[in-house]
Amino acid sequence: MTATAGFLFEGADWDFTKLQRIHDACEEIARSELGLDTYPNQIEVITAEQMLDAYSSAGMPLFYKHWSFGKHFAHHEAFYRKGIMGLAYEIVINSSPCISYLMEENTATMQTLVIAHAAFGHNHFFKNNYLFRQWTDAEGILDYLDFAKSYVAQCEERHGRLAVEQTLDAAHALMSHGIDRYPGKKKLDLRAEEKRAGERRQHEESAFNDLWRTVPTGPVKSAELLSSERRRNLLGLPQENLLYFLEKTAPRLQLWQRELLRIVRHIAQYFYPQSQTKVMNEGTATYVHYRIMTRLHEQGRLSDGNFLEFLTSHTNVVFQPNFDDQRFSGFNPYALGFAMMQDIERIVSNPDDEDREWFPDIAGTGDVMAVLRDVWANYRDESFISQFLSPRLIRHLRLFHLHDDPEQRAGIRVDAIHDERGYRRVRRELARQYDVGYIDPNIEVVDVDLAGNRRLMLRHTVIKGAQLNEADAKRVLQHLADLWSYDVSLVEVDASDNVLKEYVLNPRALAAAA
Amino acid sequence: MHIVDRRLNPGSKSLENRQRFLRRAKALVQGAVKKSSQDRDIKDVLEGGEVSIPLDGMNEPRFRREGGTRDMVLPGNKKFIEGDILPRSGEGSGRASDPGEGDGEDAFRFVLSRDEFVDLFLDDLELPDLAKRKLAEAESEGLRRAGYATSGSPANISVSRTVRLALARRVALRRPRPETIAELEAEIADCGDEARRVELMAELAALKAKLRRIPFIDPIDIRYRRFETMPKPVAQAVMFCLMDVSGSMSEHMKDLAKRFYMLLYVFLTRRYRHVEIVFIRHTDRAEEVDEDTFFHGPASGGTLVSSALQAMHEIVRSRFRPADWNIYAAQASDGDNSGSDGAAVSRLLTEMILPVSQFFAYLEVGETGGSTFDMPDSSLWTLYQRLRADGVPLSMRKVSDRSEIFPVFHDLFHRRRKQEKAP
Repeated sequence: MTATAGFLFEGADWDFTKLQRIHDACEEIARSELGLDTYPNQIEVITAEQMLDAYSSAGMPLFYKHWSFGKHFAHHEAFYRKGIMGLAYEIVINSSPCISYLMEENTATMQTLVIAHAAFGHNHFFKNNYLFRQWTDAEGILDYLDFAKSYVAQCEERHGRLAVEQTLDAAHALMSHGIDRYPGKKKLDLRAEEKRAGERRQHEESAFNDLWRTVPTGPVKSAELLSSERRRNLLGLPQENLLYFLEKTAPRLQLWQRELLRIVRHIAQYFYPQSQTKVMNEGTATYVHYRIMTRLHEQGRLSDGNFLEFLTSHTNVVFQPNFDDQRFSGFNPYALGFAMMQDIERIVSNPDDEDREWFPDIAGTGDVMAVLRDVWANYRDESFISQFLSPRLIRHLRLFHLHDDPEQRAGIRVDAIHDERGYRRVRRELARQYDVGYIDPNIEVVDVDLAGNRRLMLRHTVIKGAQLNEADAKRVLQHLADLWSYDVSLVEVDASDNVLKEYVLNPRALAAAA
Repeated sequence: MHIVDRRLNPGSKSLENRQRFLRRAKALVQGAVKKSSQDRDIKDVLEGGEVSIPLDGMNEPRFRREGGTRDMVLPGNKKFIEGDILPRSGEGSGRASDPGEGDGEDAFRFVLSRDEFVDLFLDDLELPDLAKRKLAEAESEGLRRAGYATSGSPANISVSRTVRLALARRVALRRPRPETIAELEAEIADCGDEARRVELMAELAALKAKLRRIPFIDPIDIRYRRFETMPKPVAQAVMFCLMDVSGSMSEHMKDLAKRFYMLLYVFLTRRYRHVEIVFIRHTDRAEEVDEDTFFHGPASGGTLVSSALQAMHEIVRSRFRPADWNIYAAQASDGDNSGSDGAAVSRLLTEMILPVSQFFAYLEVGETGGSTFDMPDSSLWTLYQRLRADGVPLSMRKVSDRSEIFPVFHDLFHRRRKQEKAP
């Protein structure tokens, strides 16, 4: 490689040939030096207004219509206009080709940073991380969203906007509980899914024969026969994917309503890996852009001035305020992720005795990128932190663990700090903060009263005494009852099976009629 | 790798979602719009702007956990050691509850555009007695200039545009100018050297060929003036503003009247493409004036309402044929009228004015501070009330405070039920 290929660009202005040149330069470094493996890139330049549009539909380029997106849009717009909120430099979509949106007002340096960050960092992570491989279908997502959009529009035409809106409202309320957390037998293929939806409808239409209604059925089994064990087995209980359960078993839903639940469920599933890999995803992208930008500068393709501009925004991005700082609002995933990636780089290339003791597998192996690529492919935030947060980084960030027990009148206890006795505990607790199992309430369908009033019974297993917010829980359960169209009950149970609280909600007449 | 420029894509992809949101929150937003418009000047009323609505009914509930024992790992330890107990309220935890957060939950602020604002503001209002409605909305087509086209009738050729394009083309294609050829010919004539002469002859031949190849005016240069049909209103609205400007009318009262007129104007401009305003002020005699004089010009004298009505009648007769114009009138006064004028007023109103008007509103303005209920019935009010009792279509309200203008306006134009409208 030539050491001085001349500057990629000078000044702040960019045009499309420069973008192309920047992309090619980044790609060369990403492939040959970092060994990244990415989806093909598609770079789209958008305006601030289009960025706001993208914000309100979860970053996706197309989405079905729903008022809640309009609400988010109005909200973001008001904030943006007042200057309270800046806009992101980019949005990147886990799809193949991988679409990165760049803001038009970025300077050439920022475009380089953003291309290195999104089009190579995030892109590599999307393509290689096991969670994304397992749960998302990058090839099919845009087609599926297109299908979802037109399907929702069709439903609105056929069944009225209000009915569709009610179903979607209910489905959105349950979205966080419409996720399969454990892989099933087959790989998710959204394109086949879309085809199947069509085939299902076609088959139902072609196989319709009124005669079947008159065929006598066998003798009805008595309620005793259906022992509760067997019944629960047949219904696939307990089931934590509430949307799936409703889609398959809710007695009075229309076909199109089931399809809508399915759409919402699939979209929730698509975003599930992203919520579990924020630190890693941003850490990877930040590390990649840092390496690429530094290398471009070393090669003399980025002027000193532009490199300083890059360092300024890079430093802003990886800034982590302390807990007592006014700006503190939790951990900055960019800062933590980048710090850990750099720390791994140090451990692999230049370990000290402590590192050898804590990370015998990787300390001093020398091939930084091989280790990092392996980490990026096989971990999520929780496992990543619990494996790779080093004592040195804990000391550097001066981490400490607070235990807040409301029973404890005296106050909040400092449970562990960055010392020899505390490293493992601090690390375990921090990892737990990123464990979805702890973040989302654990709610399951446990039983259905088939013989009686068809009440749907749910159970919230309370962890560490954190119960559901009552007002919100009632609203969500109301939506659930509307979909189920019979009573729904939820009990909150602690670890020793004591019932802490019980909710019962009846369906509204409105939704039953829809 | 592809680079796509999306900047030129049609914007407002979120427009439909936004409209859905507004529709859903309509009642709330409308309330907020009314509330926010009360505190504003009329000029600003229709500027759009930020409104804030309660989140009730607009929230998107999720299962959320709260309370219980909490564990957190934080960065930036300075002095804590294991086993320290930090008091719960205070700086120790560094997580003092943020008061701003609670607010954000309760109210939802966002910006409405001008159109959205006016739509919501006037949404439940309707023009009364639309006898001429059909006429009002029927439109005929007219023609108007709309740029240039590459095709058209020869009569419409735009010479200047055509020549301009031809010139540009000739320059771009480097058509030799006649002067250049003349110079060259002169040079050939003077030239003694044979070789040079042959060279120049060849050059001249090439230039001449080029001159023939590139025409002075090419068919592609020709442009025609383009005309476009446009709707032309056949029925328009005229709005008469009648106001008593005698000494008893204070600035405050005029201000109230002005606000009412402006609202009426905005309202009418949304229904009619063309709205004219006629200002008639009167003391004991009436005159048509411009807006500035109307509101600010000094005047004094007694009060004869009939003079204004007479003036309006004459203007209608001379300039606004009732068949072509929708006539609206709003009269503002403090209610004083000379006692002997009553008969003339009622005759003018019932025989001349009301039969040709779509709507006649009388606004009685009072001094600030006084409640409308305290205002004693003035002579004009009593007179109009008597006329109304006889079945004359008059709308009348009393106003004494700025904040009442909007409610009164709404009240006057409130959408009535069909059965009420029928008779």
